Amino acid sequence: MTHNNSEVQERQPLSNARLGILVLLGAETMLFSGLIGTFLVFRVGNVTWPPPSHIGIELPRVVTGINTALLLLSGYTMFQAWRAIQKDGVKQLRNWLLITGVLGLLFLGVQGSEWVQLIRKGLTLQSGVYGGIFYVLIGCHAVHVLSAVIWLFIVFGMAMAGRFSANRYTGVDTCMIYWIFVVALWPILYVLVYLS
Amino acid sequence: MHDNGHTEHHHEESFISKYIFSLDHKTIGKQFLIYGLIMFFLGGGLALLFRWKLAYPEKPLPIIGVSQQYMDDGEVVTGADRMWERIYESEKEEWIEVNMPAGVMTDAFYNMLFTMHATIMVFFVVVPILVGAFGNFLIPLMIGTRDMAFPVLNMLSFWLAVLAAVLMTVGFFVPGGHAAAGWTGYAPLSADPQWTGVGWGQNLWAISLLIQGFSSLVGSINYITTVINMRAPGMTFFRMPLVIWSLFIVAILLLLAFPVLSSALALLIFDRLAGTTFFTATAEGGGDPLLWQHLFWFFGHPEVYILILPGMGIASELIPVFSRKPIFGYRSMVYAMIAIAFLGWIVWGHHMFQSGMRDDLGSIFMTTTILIAVPSAIKTFNWLGTMFRGSIRFTTPMLHGIAFVSMFVIGGLSGIYMANTPVDIYIHDTYFIVAHIHYVVFGGSLFAIFGGIIFWFPKMYGRYMNDVLSKIHFWLTFIAFNCTFFPMHILGVGGHRRRISNPMAEAVEIITQEQSFEDMNIFITMSAFTLGFAQLILVFNFFWSMYKGKVAEQNPWQVNTLEWEAPTPVPHGNFGQIPTVYRGPYEYSVPGEESDWIPQAQPEHAPATSGD
Repeated sequence: MTHNNSEVQERQPLSNARLGILVLLGAETMLFSGLIGTFLVFRVGNVTWPPPSHIGIELPRVVTGINTALLLLSGYTMFQAWRAIQKDGVKQLRNWLLITGVLGLLFLGVQGSEWVQLIRKGLTLQSGVYGGIFYVLIGCHAVHVLSAVIWLFIVFGMAMAGRFSANRYTGVDTCMIYWIFVVALWPILYVLVYLS
Repeated sequence: MHDNGHTEHHHEESFISKYIFSLDHKTIGKQFLIYGLIMFFLGGGLALLFRWKLAYPEKPLPIIGVSQQYMDDGEVVTGADRMWERIYESEKEEWIEVNMPAGVMTDAFYNMLFTMHATIMVFFVVVPILVGAFGNFLIPLMIGTRDMAFPVLNMLSFWLAVLAAVLMTVGFFVPGGHAAAGWTGYAPLSADPQWTGVGWGQNLWAISLLIQGFSSLVGSINYITTVINMRAPGMTFFRMPLVIWSLFIVAILLLLAFPVLSSALALLIFDRLAGTTFFTATAEGGGDPLLWQHLFWFFGHPEVYILILPGMGIASELIPVFSRKPIFGYRSMVYAMIAIAFLGWIVWGHHMFQSGMRDDLGSIFMTTTILIAVPSAIKTFNWLGTMFRGSIRFTTPMLHGIAFVSMFVIGGLSGIYMANTPVDIYIHDTYFIVAHIHYVVFGGSLFAIFGGIIFWFPKMYGRYMNDVLSKIHFWLTFIAFNCTFFPMHILGVGGHRRRISNPMAEAVEIITQEQSFEDMNIFITMSAFTLGFAQLILVFNFFWSMYKGKVAEQNPWQVNTLEWEAPTPVPHGNFGQIPTVYRGPYEYSVPGEESDWIPQAQPEHAPATSGD
């Protein structure tokens, strides 16, 4: 844009990009509310959960618990990346971003291998609402992690190209907000779907 | 439109980047307006088709149907007869042969038509025009900024909406026909093809709405960010015009409501394409059809306020300008809109009183629903208070504004009937509901849209719309609208079910105690055709005035708000220099002032008074 809006924008506490991403998170929250609400309707509406036909299929609580820790750790490393660029630590930014991205991929990998095993045991999308809502809800989160990872690697590429500094880090900023959202959402899903 | 002489912000742009993939909020707004008008004709045309069926269930359509003589003794009389002879002789099964054999609509096609009429009107006409067109055109101009916060996302929002509209239209021509489960898509009708016999039509319906959801999401992120961050100096929240307030609140509603529908649509698509049973009760581990209703109406009721709030905003601009008086109770107008938006979230159960709901839960939803009458009444009295003892100028936009208020009152009052659970048992699923929704969405939103188009046309295209044609359009529409929809109240109380293709069928007449609705249905259909015809005048006037209308000055209606500070036609970048705002938007007929209007950007010459 040749003409800029800086004449108005400078006095705002939040930049447009930051505000826009926060607004987006409102919509994301409602999307997950719809799916979590659906899960709760089925969970509360069934006396036995999993339903009798699924007895013998155990969701991998322990592995997923460890996976949860991995994802929470990635939230911490992402935060460190954000802290680093504020102090102009371009190199630390790259390192922390890389660690975060690897942790995110690891989370997806573990979850993928779990899914393969569950499908082998006979829990599929078609096995009633138990399997259905499990794959849709957890899958929806996985898609969000995947898009966050893709976004992160774009930011990582920009960091490699030296596009960020202590005064210019909107890309890191917005990616961090989105990443933290995806990370913070997961423990809720873990407790609801795996532990309840 | 042409060279405007403003070189500062004017760039030479190619036709494509200026009119097709434009990033300019004004062009995108106009694109949404024309998009909405095109879809308005599609949706209205569908309504006229099924209105014919309701008046004359067994009679072929005029022009394309066969003649009476051909029906009686097979003698070819008209061109249509010849066409049908050819169709029946050919081996190929034509589209029209499946849906309208000899010009008489099948019941299955009737179901598709009323489903798509509502879907198109709600998602592809009223929201795109109110939010897409007026939102895009007005927000940057009225808060005094050069463009939206994210122009690229803005363009994306429009083209996603186009994609959604194309998919939605294509659905008519896929095997099995279009979605036929009503615009609410109730499961299991929508979830399992075996109930409606519709295959890809319903899938396309769901996919198209998902895409439309993305479009709304992108748009609302843009609106919210722009309103919060990019107001001109001095434009405090409580100096914003009420239409901007309404669009801001609606953007928040869209942002938070549509994703819930998206989650439901995603589950529906899984049910239809991946073999899940979220919305179908099965013997083993099946889902719950009521879940769809909860998810749909949790979105659907805020959606109802998405349809009406911008209309209220537009009326709140028209009425003070043409009454030459400040809006009565500016702050209470804002708080009333916020209250309506908030209450909209906790009333969805009133759509489900007859779906099997606990009585005590029903009375909670009844109470919250009736509570909405309070902020709505505040708004109505404030509009009346604004007009009271004003020097009213009965321009065409003002007529539409007054029509909005009066029709909204009728629609709002019939809403209170339905909110009462005991009354609802009787009128649920009857034409009373159809009358109510049309009084609110046609009588309310569309009159506001018409008024808004005529009011802002001089700013959009630099010309007036032809006033004689506008007045003819207004009076025809107003009279035909009431003749069409008011009798529906009586039909509904008489027991006429909605969504019935043949109200004269014997079985139906027995249920309704042999009461014949034929005469009234014929009257309604005639009125509806008049109403449809009147809209042709509007569209002719719109496009004709774009090129041949009387050239308008910069501020033809003597309005205070900032969009009239910009030169006409508005250049890229809107303002030469961003204006500074010194006062509220409705300072008309201030005592002791020479002029009866004081623009928001006019500096104070007396000691500053309070902000609003």
